[in-house]
Amino acid sequence: MNEQDVKHNKELPKGRSLWGDGLRRLRKHKLAMVSLGIIAVYLLLTGFIYIAELFDCQFELIKWDAKVGSEYEPPGAENVFGTDFLGRSVLRKTLYGAKVSITVAFWASVISLVIGVPLGAIAGYFRGVIDEIIVWLYTTLSSIPYILLILAFALVLKGKTINLEWAGLGTIELAGITTVYLAIGLTSWVGICRLIRGEVVKHKERDYILAAKSYGCSNSRIIFKHLIPNVFHLVIISFSLRFVSFIQAEVILSFLGLGEKNRPSWGAMIDAARLDLPKGYWWEMTAATAAIFFISLALNIFGDALRDALDPKLRVQ
Amino acid sequence: MTAYIIRRLLYTIPIVFGVLLITFVLFNLVGGDVTDQIAGKAASKETREEIRQEYGWDKPLFLSWDSQFFNYLKNAVTFDFGRSWEDRELIIDKIKRGAGPSLSLTIPMFIGTVVISISLALIVAFLRGTIIDALAVLLCVAGMSIPFLSFILFGQYFLAFKWGLFPVFFRPDLSPPQYVALPVLIGIAAGLGGNLRFYRTVMLDEMRNDYVRTAFAKGLSTKRVLFKHVLKNSMIPIITQVVLAIPFLFLGSLLLERFFGIPGLGYLMIEAIGARDFQVINAMTYIGAILFVIFNLITDICYCLVDPRITLE
Repeated sequence: MNEQDVKHNKELPKGRSLWGDGLRRLRKHKLAMVSLGIIAVYLLLTGFIYIAELFDCQFELIKWDAKVGSEYEPPGAENVFGTDFLGRSVLRKTLYGAKVSITVAFWASVISLVIGVPLGAIAGYFRGVIDEIIVWLYTTLSSIPYILLILAFALVLKGKTINLEWAGLGTIELAGITTVYLAIGLTSWVGICRLIRGEVVKHKERDYILAAKSYGCSNSRIIFKHLIPNVFHLVIISFSLRFVSFIQAEVILSFLGLGEKNRPSWGAMIDAARLDLPKGYWWEMTAATAAIFFISLALNIFGDALRDALDPKLRVQ
Repeated sequence: MTAYIIRRLLYTIPIVFGVLLITFVLFNLVGGDVTDQIAGKAASKETREEIRQEYGWDKPLFLSWDSQFFNYLKNAVTFDFGRSWEDRELIIDKIKRGAGPSLSLTIPMFIGTVVISISLALIVAFLRGTIIDALAVLLCVAGMSIPFLSFILFGQYFLAFKWGLFPVFFRPDLSPPQYVALPVLIGIAAGLGGNLRFYRTVMLDEMRNDYVRTAFAKGLSTKRVLFKHVLKNSMIPIITQVVLAIPFLFLGSLLLERFFGIPGLGYLMIEAIGARDFQVINAMTYIGAILFVIFNLITDICYCLVDPRITLE
């Protein structure tokens, strides 16, 4: 490159990508940035608990099963959220519950992405018989009321073992949260699949796909290198809002006794509080509710702001 | 029209078949043999054989005219779900018994939610851009973020237990309006945020159209514009939302019935989950799916009734 070219380049205003533009708009949205901060706190907490457990660190704050006082101690200076029926700190249980919820929501998202995005893209790209089979599959699944489908999956999968000896992974026992995120993930790919299929059908006719075809790109290259990156912002928007429903689904499943049994989760805390509340022990219930409320609110606000920033066409006033 | 309905009905056949295939695979293949669970661990070999014979688990799975899957299809089409594993009662009788209490809970809740949220949405849409609108949206999002369980628990604790405004639990001597009042109220409060936000978006999309400006310009009153013009034109998304919610009314409310001890279908399912009674969950899943398919068809027909531009071809 000679000197003149460099000079010329400097004079050109820098183009903004979709992501750069979206990010710029997002930064202006104060409430969204606060929400992002709250989400980050939850995520950091989860990461911290994982690391601490991995290295077997002895932090006071994550020892949820330690007895810190007498039974049903009301909130006070020593225990911010009081204690439960075994004298364990409610604050520590709530913090630990974040790990369960975030883990479930994360793996449920991963599972439904891995199933939904490729299936939707393949259906939209190839059309014909493949499309009809995939559409039939998701229409069928979406005909079954969502909560019943999740319950059915969770109920059936509970206590089963998956044999992965042939892949050298040993056996996986389906217990606790594994069942929960499998059930949520295997049932909630339908929405994302439908969304991606609709977008791919539209994008398929665009010139850049024609160009890719004329270069001789293979079908899989067009799908995974061209189509999916161009519709992926929709996936992110959809998931920032879907994360909330995953967290709430985990709460309901745990509450119904289909989730984590031996470790604290927000749903299990609410289940325990069900019997404590009439006796006047309100703090465990309040702590779990507050924990769910703040992450849900932050995700809802952030998801809306993200949609406005990345997809201005959809903007609602 | 008739041709369209017939074609749509034919289209539902593969869907219903798919639902049956999924539930069969889920409950009979993945769920596995539950003879032990029914017979108990100490049962003799003969008893277990008898149980297997009664439920047909000794037959081949797919490839025979007398296979498990074929019998499953036959039973589903005739709504014969067999007997519950727990108390040997016919499952269909249980469902019939539970439908009454469930509907007496969900129908008022549904009507209340729709009427209140649509009226509020009209008001909020009219006040768009003002501080009241912004506040309403924020409140909606906040309401959506509170878990349903917390609504129920705190509502029950304060309104019924502490202040004694409503009966805390279902009792057979109470009349339906007495025992559903509080659950209905809680259900409406919990659903209001999401619904109001949805209808507001629908209304705002309409408010931006030119005909609304014209209507205001020619001097029509706000009430007239909102109820005569905007509401009618936003009918399509509203119908989708409303009609497709109806099948869920039959399923009752799992959590509300659990907390208030209302012996409806939600309660039935909770009991079945506790007892790992797959047959009951299976029957409810099937009935729920059938209702959903039927109401989906009704939605499509409603579209063409409210919007003459849509033709059913």
